Amino acid sequence: MISYALSDEHQELRQTVAAFARDVVRPVIAGYYERGEFPYDVVARMAKLGLFGLPFPAEFGGMDGDLFALGLALEELARVDSSVAITLEAAVALGAMPIYRFGTEAQRRRWLPDLCSGERLAAFGLTEAGGGSDIPGGMRTTARLETAGSAAGAGRPAGAGEWVIDGTKSFITNSGTAITSLVTVLAITGGHPGGPREISAVVVPAGTPGLTVGREYSKVGWCASDTRELAFASCRVPEDHLLGPRGRGYAQFLEILDEGRIAIAALAVGLAQGCVDECLRYTGERAAFGHRLGHYQAIRFKLADMEARTHSARLAWYDAAARLVAGEPVKRQAAMAKLLASNAAMDNARDATQIFGGYGFMNEFPVGRFYRDAKVLEIGEGTSEVQRMIIARELGVPD
Amino acid sequence: MNIVVCVKQVPDTWAERTLRPEDSRLDRASVDGVINELDEYAIEEGLRLAEAHEGEVTILTMGPDKASESIRKALSMGADKAVHVIDDGLAGSDALQTSAVLAQVLGRIGFDLVILGAESTDARMGVMAAMLAERLGVPQVSLASKVEVDGTALRIHRQRDYGYDKVEASLPAVISVVEKINEPRYPSFKGIMAAKKKPVETVTLADTGLDAGQVGLAAAATEVVSFANRPPRQAGTVVKDEGDGGTKAAEFLAGQKFI
Ligand SMILES: Cc1cc2nc3c(=O)[nH]c(=O)nc-3n(C[C@H](O)[C@H](O)[C@H](O)COP(=O)(O)OP(=O)(O)OC[C@H]3O[C@@H](n4cnc5c(N)ncnc54)[C@H](O)[C@@H]3O)c2cc1C
Repeated sequence: MISYALSDEHQELRQTVAAFARDVVRPVIAGYYERGEFPYDVVARMAKLGLFGLPFPAEFGGMDGDLFALGLALEELARVDSSVAITLEAAVALGAMPIYRFGTEAQRRRWLPDLCSGERLAAFGLTEAGGGSDIPGGMRTTARLETAGSAAGAGRPAGAGEWVIDGTKSFITNSGTAITSLVTVLAITGGHPGGPREISAVVVPAGTPGLTVGREYSKVGWCASDTRELAFASCRVPEDHLLGPRGRGYAQFLEILDEGRIAIAALAVGLAQGCVDECLRYTGERAAFGHRLGHYQAIRFKLADMEARTHSARLAWYDAAARLVAGEPVKRQAAMAKLLASNAAMDNARDATQIFGGYGFMNEFPVGRFYRDAKVLEIGEGTSEVQRMIIARELGVPD
Repeated sequence: MNIVVCVKQVPDTWAERTLRPEDSRLDRASVDGVINELDEYAIEEGLRLAEAHEGEVTILTMGPDKASESIRKALSMGADKAVHVIDDGLAGSDALQTSAVLAQVLGRIGFDLVILGAESTDARMGVMAAMLAERLGVPQVSLASKVEVDGTALRIHRQRDYGYDKVEASLPAVISVVEKINEPRYPSFKGIMAAKKKPVETVTLADTGLDAGQVGLAAAATEVVSFANRPPRQAGTVVKDEGDGGTKAAEFLAGQKFI
């Protein structure tokens, strides 16, 4: 039987991150959010706490933890604020994880220590303006290898080839901070238009000539996180920046996303729980018609539903994480966890805002931010429709 | 350098705390226990000194079974080992008795430097460092906002209303620290995992060499005679700005000794 009882160590990690979120994140985050500013000092303190190294082995500067540890940290952060949580999620589950999973020993040694320490952040560039769900169908970005053998690279010594990248990536988290280390780009590296296309992953270090980092988007939520468009124009990186075997980019990305979805589900559960926390306090303080809000059944039932949704979504991500840690297939469980948890986050944010009345619509209160932050959980790392497509396919629904 | 940090588990300062009517003691059972806040600064200072001077940090705690959670946390922050004085006979001991127990243990395990938080958030006596120093016959250097060790020389800044005093002493010594001294670290996951394997020695009353009749509530030198609930909060003072608002606000703050 899969067990997802938390060990003492995981409990202690949860408590530590909860205290950190309460004491370090909560007092300052509203200002960053309002200004749309990346909270470098908070991220530096998350780094000091070792959060960016959680699921990686100590030999690369990691904390020797697992996906459970990462999920718990994300949940506790998002209970207070989602911007810093998504910064951590994208840096670890999307940014550093592909390097760890698919990188050569040299690539791991080169990039992971900075990423595990949190001194630098990694990004993952998959989505393009033409489509994020329809991957690889909607992809246009190309990476062409110039080597001694190819016409353009004639005269180069063996092994000194270069990838030449052209295209645009949209909505890329962590891609334009002052501490961004690299972005792993998924690009077409061969095949024929119309036929099966060869997709590979190539690492592009920040600052590479030919890479233009766009302005920070003006976003509805996650306003203290960094999201940008990246334009590649004859952007050249050395041949050895290919991540994993050539042509395996798409398969690798599917693997990474299963894990990422569990992490996003944990983050969504944190937001859902944060709504319960805030409402529990507020319904005891605020009075109307001669009673505290908590007196009214309409409010009590809302809170009961919010708690029940949070609980079931939490069990879903625990279950998916436990299976993943145990080495079992998780595609369906990960998709279900993400679907359930993002639903719970949306529903709870809507209910919490209603319970808070006008104050719930104010950006300076956590509930107002929860409302704005919840929606993207149904979109990023696979929309809810994509999750349903996966679940139905895994279920074997005949079409 | 052999550093011992005294750590007390107290009821969570964020929670509502009450005294028990039957024996006027703090109700510790119904509230989560946490490390006394200033003790976290003491631990941090111990760790920094140990890192700078190749020292070792031992956590010393007297408290019930539950206090082992706080010991674990101190070890996950990076302390090397711990001594837990645990005995039902110690329940209800006052500061004087606690200092007797801790001094016995300190005498046995040895130390170059003992660090304490300046006071605990529950009893707020603020006397433990003085009592320990007296019992151990070593200098007490209190209310440190900065600590430097150079060989056996100890130099501190003592926080005062008007600034700070520079105070010197020689090791071995007992110091108490205030929160201005540093920013305590949060334990990392690696630290949490490592804490599991660190040695925690349990010490009973008999091990300390003290007599059961000297400690515990019945033999305490101090007694809570009565207690009352804190009066409800008074309405705040409203300063109306009639051109002199700044002066009035400053006068109010000065009157309350904030400035
Ligand atoms: C703040 C933010 C941060 C992001 N960070 C990153 C990042 O770091 N890296 C990255 O690569 N991407 C990132 N993304 C992109 C994100 O993953 C995509 O937005 C998402 O996958 C959806 O793609 P799309 O926006 O192109 O929508 P589309 O794919 O165009 O979908 C539009 C709508 O159609 C629906 N739909 C599509 N196909 C079907 C179908 N077959 N059946 C039914 N419905 C369908 C979708 O569910 C959706 O509702 C980020 C997005 C945001 C908003």
